[in-house]
Amino acid sequence: MKTIAGAFALFLLIAVTAYLAFFYAPIERTMGPIQKIFYLHLPSAFSSFIALGICFYANLMYVFKRQPKWDWLGVSAAEVGLAFITVVLVTGPIWAHPVWGIWWTWDARLTLTFVLWLLYISYLLLRSMLEEPDKRALFSALFGIFAFLDVPLVYFSIRWWRGQHPTPVIMGGPGSGLEPRMRVAYLLVWGAFTGLLVLLVNARFKLEAMRADLEELQREVEVR
Amino acid sequence: MSLLSNTSALLGKELRTEVRSRELLTTTVVFILIVIVLFSITLHPTTSESQRLGPGLLWVAFLFAASLMLQPCFLREQTNDTLSALRLSVSDPFAIFFAKMAANTLFLLLTELLMLPFFAGFFNVRVLPVLPQLVLVLFLGSLGIAVPGTAFSAISSQARMRELMLPLLLLPLLTPILIASTEVTAALLEPEPALRLAGLGILVAFDVVFLTALWLFGEYLLEE
Amino acid sequence: MTPTSFSPTGIRFENIDKRYGGLYALRRVSLEIAAGECAVLAGRNGSGKTTLLRIAARLVRPSAGSVTFMGNTKDVTAEMPQLGFVAHATMVYDELTAEENLALFARLLGIAEPAARAETLLGGVGLTDRRGSLVRTFSRGMRQRVAIARALLNEPAVLLLDEPAAGLDPQGVTWLAEALRRMRDAGRTILMSVHGESEISSLATRAVRLDAGAIMADTQTGGSLHSILTFAGA
Repeated sequence: MKTIAGAFALFLLIAVTAYLAFFYAPIERTMGPIQKIFYLHLPSAFSSFIALGICFYANLMYVFKRQPKWDWLGVSAAEVGLAFITVVLVTGPIWAHPVWGIWWTWDARLTLTFVLWLLYISYLLLRSMLEEPDKRALFSALFGIFAFLDVPLVYFSIRWWRGQHPTPVIMGGPGSGLEPRMRVAYLLVWGAFTGLLVLLVNARFKLEAMRADLEELQREVEVR
Repeated sequence: MSLLSNTSALLGKELRTEVRSRELLTTTVVFILIVIVLFSITLHPTTSESQRLGPGLLWVAFLFAASLMLQPCFLREQTNDTLSALRLSVSDPFAIFFAKMAANTLFLLLTELLMLPFFAGFFNVRVLPVLPQLVLVLFLGSLGIAVPGTAFSAISSQARMRELMLPLLLLPLLTPILIASTEVTAALLEPEPALRLAGLGILVAFDVVFLTALWLFGEYLLEE
Repeated sequence: MTPTSFSPTGIRFENIDKRYGGLYALRRVSLEIAAGECAVLAGRNGSGKTTLLRIAARLVRPSAGSVTFMGNTKDVTAEMPQLGFVAHATMVYDELTAEENLALFARLLGIAEPAARAETLLGGVGLTDRRGSLVRTFSRGMRQRVAIARALLNEPAVLLLDEPAAGLDPQGVTWLAEALRRMRDAGRTILMSVHGESEISSLATRAVRLDAGAIMADTQTGGSLHSILTFAGA
C-alpha cells in the first residue's frame, strides 16, 4: 500500500516538474528549446552516482555479512544505475547534435560517463556468467568494490588528460548561468529523480527477493 | 613462514614454470607484434601521425595482450587443484596473489621491453635517450595492469565464458592506466622529451589503491 | 614414516549446514571423531562426504555450524592443528619434479630445512629414485604417493583423505593401506571417505554413513562396519 501511494505521489511530482521544466522555466537564450533536455540529463547523472554509492555499500556489506539481502540490493542499485546512466548517454548526443553538429565527443564528462556505463555492464555481465548464487554474490560484490575504487581514478585521469588536450565542454557546468526559474525547476526535477531512484531500487529489490525464492524452490524440485 | 618468504617461494615457482615452458612470453610478444602490425597497416600513418598515434596504439596492444596473458594465471591452478594445496600451505593467502602479481608484472615488463625496438622502428621514435624514464612508465603501467588483472583472473576462472570475461572485466577498469601511460609515454617521445609527473602520480595512485584493495580482499577471492 | 612430533587431536563438527543456493549439501551434521581414531565416511556420490572433508580442511566455509579441534581431554585446542589433506586431485604441480614440489610446499609451510624434509618423505613413500622426474611423467599410483608425502610434510595430527584409493591399481591400494596403517598406529587421527569395503576401509575403527547430506548411521550408535560400508557402496 505504501509503495503504491509513494508511486502515485512520485507520479504527481514528476508531472509537476515536467510542467515546470517545459513551460515554467524560460527558454535558454543561446541554445533554444533543446537545452531543456538538461533537466533530464543532469539529474539522471546524479541519480546514477547515488546508485553507484548504494551498490558499493551493498557490496561491502555482503562480503562481510554474507546475507543475501545485500546481494539483492547490489544488483538492484546496479541495474537502476545503469538505466540512469543510459539516459545520460542518450540525452547527451540528442542535445549535442543540434547545438554542436556532432553526435559525440570525448569530453571529460562524457568519457567518464561512458567508462562508468561499461563498468556497470561488466558487473551485470559477470553476474550472468556465475551460476551458483553464493559465488555469484561474492564475486560480483568483490568486482563491484574494485570497480568503485576505480571511479575516482578514472575521474582524475580523464580530467588531467583533457587538461592536456582541452576540448569544448558539452552542456556547461551545472548552475552555470541558471536563471531563478530554471533553478527552481531544476531542483524539483532533481528531487523527483531521487525519488524515482528509490522507488525503482525498491521494486527491483523485491523482485530479486522473489527470484531468489523461486530459484531455491526450483533447485529443491530438481533434487527430488 | 612470513609473507615475504612465502611470496618468494611462490614467485620462484612461477618463474621456474615459465622458464621451462616459455609459453607465456613467446605468445604474448608475438601477439603484441601482430596487433601493432595490424594497426600500422590499417592506419598507415605518416611519420608525424606515427609519433602522435604510436604511444596510444602501443599501450592498447599491451592491454589486449595482457588480458590474454593473464588468463592461465589461476586456470592452471585448477588442473590438479593445486590452488587448494597452496591455500592449505601458506600462512597468508595474500602471498599467493603477491607472487602471481609480481610474476605477471615481470612477464609484462619483459614483453614490453622486447617490443620496444620494434615500436621504435615502426613508429620512428627515439627511445634510447629516454630509456630509463620509459622503463619507469612501463613498470608502473605493467604493475597497474597486473594487480587487478591477477585478481580478475581468479574471478573469471570460476565463471562461464571465462576467456571473454577477463578482458571484459579488466579493460574498462584500466582506463586510468591507459590514459596516464599513453600521455606520459607520448610526452617522453616528443622532440623535446618531458616527464609528466602528474601522469606518473596517477599511475602510482592506481597501483597503491589496487594493491591495498587486493591485500584487503584477496582471501575472499580464493574462496570455493 | 617420520618421527611423531604432533599431539593427538580429534575433530568436532557441530551442526554443519552447507547450502549451494537452495540445495543442502550438508544438513545439520554433528559428528565427533576422537583423537587417534581412524574413521571412514561412506555414502553414495553426492551424499556430502567431500564437502564435509573440505569443510574440515578449512577449504570450504560452512553456511552454518562450526568445526573445532580437541585434544585428548576433549577440550577445544587453542591453536589450529596441523592438517594433512589428500583429495582425488593430486594437488601437486605436473611441471615440477617430485622433489621441487615437496620442497616448495615445505618452504611455504615454514619447515626449517625444506629440502631435507622433502628427501625424507620421498624416501618414505618409495620415490627416491624418481625424485628428479617431472610429476607429469608419473603414473596415477606414483602421483598418489607424492600427494600423500605432501600431506605429511607438516607432521599432521589430523589426516583428511577423500577417496584416496580411487584410480589405484591393486598394488597401489596395498601400499596405501600399509601407509595408512602406519599413520594410524602412530596416533594420527584419520578421517577418510571411501566407496565400499576394501583393504583401506578395514583399517577403520569407526564408520559413518552419509545420505543426502545427513548422517544415516554410525558404528558408534550401533551398526557394524560391514553393514554401513556395504549398504552405502556404489
